[in-house]
Amino acid sequence: MSFDNAYEALTEDNDARWAFGTGFADPLAGMDTTVPSTVDATSLAEYCLHLGDDALIMSHRLQDWCTAAPELEDEVALANIGLDLLGQARLLLSRAARADPSLVPPVPQSEEDALAFFRDAHEFRNVRLVELAGDFAFAMAQLLVFSTWRLALFTALVSTEDKVLAAIAAKGVKELAYHRDYAAQWVVRLGDGTPYSQERMQAGLDAVWPYVDELFEDSAHVRAEFDSVVAEVCEAATLRVPVVVMAPREHTEHLPAILAEMQSVAREHPDATC
Amino acid sequence: MTSWPLYEVFVRGKRCLNHVHVGSLHAADDEMALHNARDLYTRRNEGVSIWVVRASNITASSPDEKDPFFAPSGDKVYRHPTFYDIPDDVPHM
Repeated sequence: MSFDNAYEALTEDNDARWAFGTGFADPLAGMDTTVPSTVDATSLAEYCLHLGDDALIMSHRLQDWCTAAPELEDEVALANIGLDLLGQARLLLSRAARADPSLVPPVPQSEEDALAFFRDAHEFRNVRLVELAGDFAFAMAQLLVFSTWRLALFTALVSTEDKVLAAIAAKGVKELAYHRDYAAQWVVRLGDGTPYSQERMQAGLDAVWPYVDELFEDSAHVRAEFDSVVAEVCEAATLRVPVVVMAPREHTEHLPAILAEMQSVAREHPDATC
Repeated sequence: MTSWPLYEVFVRGKRCLNHVHVGSLHAADDEMALHNARDLYTRRNEGVSIWVVRASNITASSPDEKDPFFAPSGDKVYRHPTFYDIPDDVPHM
């Protein structure tokens, strides 16, 4: 073998990296998207929209760390996680649109773009946890809670009746396992670090906690697993699992700002292509 | 903030038999170095295995010693195993 650099040798003949297509036009290309007769299409679509919006907004929050993380290595790590979630959002929004086309705003865009860029804040179904912003310790607490909850949820969804959602979940499980691991590592590192880092990490955890109960309103079946994982991480991190009441129900004041940034280009130039 | 130590990263690709040096990174400890290597150097599905090692643990030959180290082997062509045929079914040669 002769190659100009080490990377060429490593990636040679390695088509698996393009497993999800090179055109990126249709994330569900080649999949049978017929909703099984035993599944209610409207409920399925709303559930997928809910899961897709969670991923989309969390992805946007993670992107905020590009150029702002403590180390270059962590910027890349957080961007990677954001891109994993953006991929989940694309699949889930497309799944929602195929299951119930009436959800999609009537604009001449692809279904996923119409859903992402042409809905207003009150039409987003995401949990409020993903809208929040804070310091790095807060972000790690937020990511630990989000990925622990979502990993438990996706693990259960792998055997769901709708084969498309089951496939999306199966792909997501591997990604989320890493996201949880990454966040847990930082929570333990900061919690079990210096008195100052422990104080900041506890403050981050405390600030996230009012938004935890909302996650389990539709997914009480994974609460026990969530509690046991979080308890294990907190013990290793010498942190307290907070006990607090749930925050108010409405979207936080962060969401309109996130959407204004995310949607401005698509709305200004609806005909633009990448 | 004092900067984290430097690590060197070696990745083995799917079809490669050996780990190849691909670059370096900063990390607070070995475990973080492995995670950072995963995030920085296997984003395009390059690897199936990663090694990381503290750069300070590597003993390297010095450019000043280049001649005494390497020149003496330059004229010993008979050390290359080029004088016999390798059967087709012997892999990785």
